[in-house]
Amino acid sequence: MKETFYERIAESAWWETLPNGLRICVVPKPEHAKSYAFFATRYGGMDVRFRRDGAFADTPAGIAHYLEHKMFDTREGNALQELAKNGAEPNAFTSNALTGYYFDSTEHFEDNLKILLSFVSIPYFTEESVAKEQGIIGQEIRMIEDTPDWQVYTRLMHCLYRNSTGRISVAGSVESIREITAQTLYDCHRAFYTPSNMMLTVVGNVDPVHIVDLARSILPREGGPAVERDYGQEPMEIVQKETCEKMEVSMPQFLLGYKCAPAADGEEYLRAQIVGDLACELLLGESSPLYLRLYDQGLVNGSFGSTFEMMPGIAYLYAGGDSRDTAAVAAEIQKEADRMVREGIDPAYYERVRRSSFGETLRELNSFENIAVSLTEGYFHGYDAFRFPQVFDTVAMDDVAAFLRENLRPERAALSQILPQA
Amino acid sequence: MLRRFGKFLNKELKALEETRTKIADGVYLTYLPARKFKTSLLSAQFVTPLRADSASVYALLPAVLRRGTVRYPDMGSLSAELDRLYGAQIDYTVRKKAENQCVGFIASFLDDSLVPGGERLLEPVSDLLGELICAPVTRSGRFLPEYVEGERSNLVDAIRGILNDKRDYAELRLLQEMCAGEPYGISRFGDEKTAERVSIQKLHACYASLLSSARLELFYSGSAAPERVQEALLNALSALPRENVRDPEMCRRHTPRREVLNVTDRLDVSQGKLGMGFSCGSDDFSALLLGNTLFGGSSNSKLFLNVREKLSLCYYASSVYHRQKGMITVSSGIEFQNYQRACDEILAQLCAVQEGRLEDWELEGARSTLLNAYASMGDSQGKLENFYLGQAATGQEETPEELASQVRETSAERIFAAMRTVTPDTVYFLKGKEAQAE
Repeated sequence: MKETFYERIAESAWWETLPNGLRICVVPKPEHAKSYAFFATRYGGMDVRFRRDGAFADTPAGIAHYLEHKMFDTREGNALQELAKNGAEPNAFTSNALTGYYFDSTEHFEDNLKILLSFVSIPYFTEESVAKEQGIIGQEIRMIEDTPDWQVYTRLMHCLYRNSTGRISVAGSVESIREITAQTLYDCHRAFYTPSNMMLTVVGNVDPVHIVDLARSILPREGGPAVERDYGQEPMEIVQKETCEKMEVSMPQFLLGYKCAPAADGEEYLRAQIVGDLACELLLGESSPLYLRLYDQGLVNGSFGSTFEMMPGIAYLYAGGDSRDTAAVAAEIQKEADRMVREGIDPAYYERVRRSSFGETLRELNSFENIAVSLTEGYFHGYDAFRFPQVFDTVAMDDVAAFLRENLRPERAALSQILPQA
Repeated sequence: MLRRFGKFLNKELKALEETRTKIADGVYLTYLPARKFKTSLLSAQFVTPLRADSASVYALLPAVLRRGTVRYPDMGSLSAELDRLYGAQIDYTVRKKAENQCVGFIASFLDDSLVPGGERLLEPVSDLLGELICAPVTRSGRFLPEYVEGERSNLVDAIRGILNDKRDYAELRLLQEMCAGEPYGISRFGDEKTAERVSIQKLHACYASLLSSARLELFYSGSAAPERVQEALLNALSALPRENVRDPEMCRRHTPRREVLNVTDRLDVSQGKLGMGFSCGSDDFSALLLGNTLFGGSSNSKLFLNVREKLSLCYYASSVYHRQKGMITVSSGIEFQNYQRACDEILAQLCAVQEGRLEDWELEGARSTLLNAYASMGDSQGKLENFYLGQAATGQEETPEELASQVRETSAERIFAAMRTVTPDTVYFLKGKEAQAE
């Protein structure tokens, strides 16, 4: 087992790969009372089409999320109660490309970790228990359907993407989840929950060697074959310019999205993320001239925000929030992007934002969950997230300018709006 | 001007203990030493009684103050300074703690050990915080009208915007109905009508009253020594004009209803939201806290295991214990037609807790859930600040450790007895418009 010290962020991490292919990372935090475990598989809402027994097969939208719900069932009952006895409240989430199970606890951490590793690696479903979950997930879907933030985002993705499975809602729909059976869940578990497709991250006051021994003793000896996935061939053209829906909201809400060039895995992926984040900050961040002007004019408020996201095969930048005049804000964003491309970025401004972004990224390391999720995403994309200061150093202002020039183009933009009912 | 109190002479403080010190007239500093975070946290919170006619004015104030100071008169220059301080953040906050409103600022900035070049950030950030409070940008002695108008309009939007999240909306509506006539029924932002009418004069009157006579609670979490923190804050707040400082408002318990109040709202939604409010006759705090955890306070509670897992009626069903008010509220999202089934099941689960019908693991599970939460509180600066503000605003002095030992010592019998005093008070239901309902 190897310990790496990351001086610039004052963190250290112990890395190990088991013979079954499981990657393990332990980040010691001797001064904290709690310890946190995150056990994740590279399998999410966009992994609906993959090669099984030689041929590509489709699975219902929402299946990775459904599986996440059902993994807590065990032959003996339910892992939630097992962990509850020790005061740990486990939880899980499914994103587009990842499913993660986690808990934190101040007592009996290793006992809890054993429970986590076994319930995630040993599936137990019956037709009855799978059918029962339809009601619960059905209500989860109804809840998000009533959420304007979700509607405006999902509709934007449908404008930007034609084929990429990144456009599929992670929870699926009430209709699509009806097709899910115990057998499809077993098949997907067998394909994606193999140790070689997973990572365990522990952050806390623990002995790294113990953690590795424990994982070795509980998880299967064998890894599994890599799963070939089909995310769909995505052209750079968008599907449609605009979408609009009426909902029970107090004022108009919008997202303006730009379809961006995807990045390859490896450290280049992290670098692309940093460049995209800096572009967001410079163009749309809280100290950007555009934001300050729109705020002063009352066209945006504190709900305004922007982000750059990457998933396998796709990348996009979007900005939005509440506004009385969504179309005017969208036009102003495009105008400002054009201006920055035309006139270039002010070097003093760039330096300031760079400094602030660096501080912001360090701040995120206060959260054990952020540490674990970023290390895991890094591993799944072939880079070490703790090396961000070094990668940050390689980014120059010209990279950000080139990003804006290439991606912030009107023909790559789509506007999604939610309007109040009359 | 600020009269100074309290010198750190106590030996214990040298060992970097948590302390709460009166550092000036009506100004308290809660010092929470920690070296384990990447950042330091500094918070300044004024505590003032929650009132229907002033809640929106006090909610508006920190937003207007955040727009600019004498030295940094607009958001652009403030942001530039914060960027320069390695992405320091200063956010304004408006919170409700029992029947007090807490308004102020929370700053977060890199801990000294991580700042390249060894630059010290505590002093400049404290100064900025002090300026936001004591030295707002003014014209002819008044806040800039464009800032007041802009933020008033943002506040009105925020109040209306509660509608956008139907779960929050339903929870707020339940409290409004259940606690009508009590300050607890008022939202932390106040109401739309009052917000729309806030004048610059009224804002100045409230500002003056806050500076001179509201309790000011300061919090620091980070690696600096207490003397340095106190010095930095006293310097930053030296212009604070203190006189006739009031203590925070003591909270009045909810007056239970004799007959259950039923309220229904209709909106164009696809999921119904059910809220149920209960009054607690007992004031055995730790017993009710544990009782609520068993009932609906965790993902192993009776509500989760039965309303969700067993009957598949919902995705979420949970309950909250409001200590100062002596209330428990339940929140759930369900199909419209399952209203009666859900109500019945929630009441049946309350009854199970009252009668002590528990499986072996449930009580110890609830107890360890709470103990885990108290034990890990020190791992989050945000949680610590929020906890200690709540304590200060309600006149409580227990530390998380002391609350944990109360939870440890509470017997099953005490829990069941306290929960037997819990009675239904108000039922709120948000359902679809006529055409789509049922």
